[in-house]
Amino acid sequence: MISRGVYYLVVCLLLLTGISLMIYQHETFEVPYFPSNKNIAWNIEAKISFDTKNDASGPVKVSFAIPEQQPGFNIVNETTASPDYGLNFVEKNGHSRVEWSKRDVMGPQTLYYRIEILADKNATHTLMTVPEITPNVTPEPYLTALNQIKEAAYSRSTDPFSFTREIFNELRNQDQNAKLLLHTMSKAEIVINALNLANIPSRIVKVLRLEDGRRNQKLIPFIAVFDEKNEFQVFDPETETEGFKENIFIWESNSNSLIDVTGGSNSKVRFSIVRNNISDNKAVALKHDADNLKYGSRFDLSVHYLPIEEQAVFKVVLLIPIGVFFVVFLRIIVGLKTSGTFMPVLIAMAFLQTNLVVGLIGFIAIVGIGLIIRSWLSYLNLLLVARISTVIITVIAIIGFLSFITYKVGLTDGIKITFFPMIILSWTIERMSILWEEEGYKEVIKQGSGSLLVAVIAYLAMSSAIVQHITFNFLGLQLVILALVLLMGNYTGYRLSELKRFKPLAKEIKEPQGELEADRLKKATNDLKKGK
Amino acid sequence: MNIWPFSKYCSPFTLHHLGIMGMNQRNVNYIGRYNSRSLYPLVDNKLLTKELALKHKVNTTMLIGAIKHQYEIANFVQVIKGHSGFCVKPAHGSGGKGILVIVKTENDLFYKPNGQALTFSDIERHISNILAGLFSLGGKQDFALIEDLINFDDIFADYSYEGVPDVRVIVFLGYPVMCMMRLSTESSDGKANLHQGAVGVGLCIRTGKAVRAVQKNLPIFKHPDTGADLFKLQVPSWDKVINLAASCYDMSGLGYIGTDIVLDKKHGPLLLELNARPGLAIQTANGAGLLPRLHFIEQFVKRHPQLPPDERVKIAQQYFGVKEL
Repeated sequence: MISRGVYYLVVCLLLLTGISLMIYQHETFEVPYFPSNKNIAWNIEAKISFDTKNDASGPVKVSFAIPEQQPGFNIVNETTASPDYGLNFVEKNGHSRVEWSKRDVMGPQTLYYRIEILADKNATHTLMTVPEITPNVTPEPYLTALNQIKEAAYSRSTDPFSFTREIFNELRNQDQNAKLLLHTMSKAEIVINALNLANIPSRIVKVLRLEDGRRNQKLIPFIAVFDEKNEFQVFDPETETEGFKENIFIWESNSNSLIDVTGGSNSKVRFSIVRNNISDNKAVALKHDADNLKYGSRFDLSVHYLPIEEQAVFKVVLLIPIGVFFVVFLRIIVGLKTSGTFMPVLIAMAFLQTNLVVGLIGFIAIVGIGLIIRSWLSYLNLLLVARISTVIITVIAIIGFLSFITYKVGLTDGIKITFFPMIILSWTIERMSILWEEEGYKEVIKQGSGSLLVAVIAYLAMSSAIVQHITFNFLGLQLVILALVLLMGNYTGYRLSELKRFKPLAKEIKEPQGELEADRLKKATNDLKKGK
Repeated sequence: MNIWPFSKYCSPFTLHHLGIMGMNQRNVNYIGRYNSRSLYPLVDNKLLTKELALKHKVNTTMLIGAIKHQYEIANFVQVIKGHSGFCVKPAHGSGGKGILVIVKTENDLFYKPNGQALTFSDIERHISNILAGLFSLGGKQDFALIEDLINFDDIFADYSYEGVPDVRVIVFLGYPVMCMMRLSTESSDGKANLHQGAVGVGLCIRTGKAVRAVQKNLPIFKHPDTGADLFKLQVPSWDKVINLAASCYDMSGLGYIGTDIVLDKKHGPLLLELNARPGLAIQTANGAGLLPRLHFIEQFVKRHPQLPPDERVKIAQQYFGVKEL
C-alpha cells in the first residue's frame, strides 16, 4: 500500500496546481470568475467542405461570403484555417468575401473561417445597404391578391415594422389569397413583394441564431425591413415574429450566393458557435486592436485554441467531472443507492439536451414501458446476452415511438429523447427487472428514484451557467475536482444514511445497565498498548 | 445534554463513541487493508472455497455436482439422481441471489419450500440464467453448483420459515469478533439476508445464547411467523461452531471475513460459504459496535502473533462474551 504521506502530498499538489492555474488564468487573461451578461463574445466557425475529383488533381477556387459590421455586434477578430491554400479578402459588388485558391487539389477538402464578435449594444454602424425598390413584375391574378393583402395591412399600420406584422396577419386572415400566392412564391417572397408594392425597402438576409455550444448549424433566411432612417428590423418568416437582435447575427445580407466553388462539388457550410464571457479590459482591448492581440505571446492553457467545433464538444465533456463528483459525493457521504454507478451522470447529460421536464417524463416512460416488456421476456427463457439485446432494440423502438408521438402532438422537444444513452438504459431496465423479481417493487422504486434524484442533482449542477462558465474557462478546476474525489475516496466517516440507520441502535445502547462495552474494550486496548 | 438538532438522525459523535462501524470505514480500513485482492476468488467462487475447505479438513456442505456449460443442463436429471432435495446456486453469487432450493422431487415436478411446483424447464431457465452471469458479481460468466440439502437441527424448526437458518461469524485476523444467527421469514422469502427482511439474532460469543434480535433494523422479541421466543435461542455445540469459524482464517488468508455456518442434523456444523464483504447489520443484531472489538484485536495481535485457532477463540470469548456460561 502506498503510504498516506504520498497520498496527501499528491492531493495537496493537485489542489495547489489547480487553484493556482485558475488564479493565473484569471490574472493573466482577465477571465472573470463568474459569468456576466456584460461582455459576451461569440466565437463562430464556418466549416466549408466540398469534394473534388478523386482520380486527378485540378485547380480549385472557393469564394465565401463573410459577415459585415452590423448593429449590435463588433467584429473583433477573424481567422482562417486552410492548408496550403492561397487566401484573399476581396470586395465583390461592394461586399466582402474571402477567397481561397489552390492549383492542385485532390479528394475531399475542408476549410475553416473563424470570427469573433463582441455583443455591443452601442454599436450602430452598419455596412448593410438599403436595397433598391425593384419594379414589380408579378403577373395577374397574383398581383391583385398581393395588392389586397398590402392594402389591408397598410391601412392598419403606422410604420414599416408594424406594416410587416400586419402582412403576416393578413396572410392568415385572407386565406384564399394566401393559398393562391403560396403556389408561386415562398412566404418570405410574398412579404417582400408586398413591402415593395408599398415602396418599403426589404430583402432576405441569411442569419445565424447565436446559441451556446451549437454545432452543425445552418443559416436561416430572415426578412430585413428598412425604415426611412435606414434602420432595420429582422423578421422570422417561419414564426412570423421579430428576431431578437441580441442573438441574431446576420451573416449574409446582399442576396449574393453564400459560397461559390469552382473545381469542386457538393459544397456544404456548417456553423459552430461558442459563447464566452470576457472581462471589461479584454473587451476594450479587443475593440481597440483586434489584429494585434495583446495576449498572443503568453502561455494560455485553455480550450480556446481548439477549433470552435471541438470547443463546443469540450463544453459538454468538461462538465462530466462535475456530474461524477456529485455521484461520488452522494454515494460516499450521503449514501444514496443508485442502480448502476455512473448511469445518473449519463442520464443528466441527456437531460442537458432535452431540458428537465421532458427528460424526466422521457426517462420514466422509457424505463416503465421497458420494464413491462422485459417482464414478458422473462417468460421466454432467453439467454442473458440475447435478452439484453432484445431490451436494447425495444428501448430504441420505444424512443422512436415516443419521439414520433410527441412530434405529432407538437412537442418538438420530445424528439430530443434520442439523446438518451440507450445501452445504459437497457442495462438499467434489466437490472431493475431482476431487482423487482428478487426484492420486490419497493426496492426498484427506491433505487430508481435514487438514481433519478442523483441525475437531477447532477443535471442542476451541470446546467448552471456559473458551473458551465468555470469548467470551460478554468481547466484548473478539473484538478481541483480530481483532488476532491481522491479525498472522498479516503473518507472513513459515517454516511448520512447510516446516521438514520443506526439511530435506533444508538438510542438503545447509549445507556447500558453496566459499563458500556465500547468503554470496557477501549480500556483493555489501552492496557495492551501500555504493555500490561 | 442533547444539542443534536435532527430527531431522525443520530449524531456521528455518538456513533463514534459507541464504536459503530460505517460502510466507508469498513471498506477503507478493514476490507481494503486486510483482504488482499488476490485472495478474493477463493471466497467469491464457491467451488474454490469448497476445494480449499476439503484441503484444510474444514467441514462443508456436500457438493452433488456442478454445471459449467449450457449443454450440460440436459444432464441435470442424471446429476441429481438419488437426491430428492437439493439446492442450486451460482458459484459467484452474492447476497443470496440466485439460490434455488428444492425440497422434494415428485413426478418430474420440483417443489420449492413454499410448496410451489416447478417444471424441468423452469429449472433449466434458472440454470441458464446462472451460466449467463445474471447473479454473479459484475455479470461475469458463471457456473451452477448443486448441493445436498441441509437437514437443519430440529431446535431451529420453530425459528425459521421455509429457509435454512445459519450462523454468521465475523472473523478478524482469525479471531471471531461478533456473531449472529440469521432466520428467514415470510417477508424475506426464505432468504437469510437481513436487508431482505430476515431476522437477525445477535449471539453471545462465549455461550451461543441470544442477546438481541432485530428485523428490518428494529428490535423484536418473537419470530414474526412462528411466534417462537427469540431470546430462548441457543446454538447447540457452540464451541465447534466458533472454532470452525476461526479456522477459516488460516484456510483463506483473508483478514476480515464473514463465515456462514449451518448446523446439520447428521454432520454437525458445516461451512456454507465465506464472504469477503460482510455487512454491518450484525452490529444492530448484537446491540454493539464492531470497532472497539476490532481495535482490541489489532492491538492484541501485535503482542501475540500467530496463536492457534482454539486459543484465539478463548481470547475472543474472554473479552467479547456478554453472557455467563
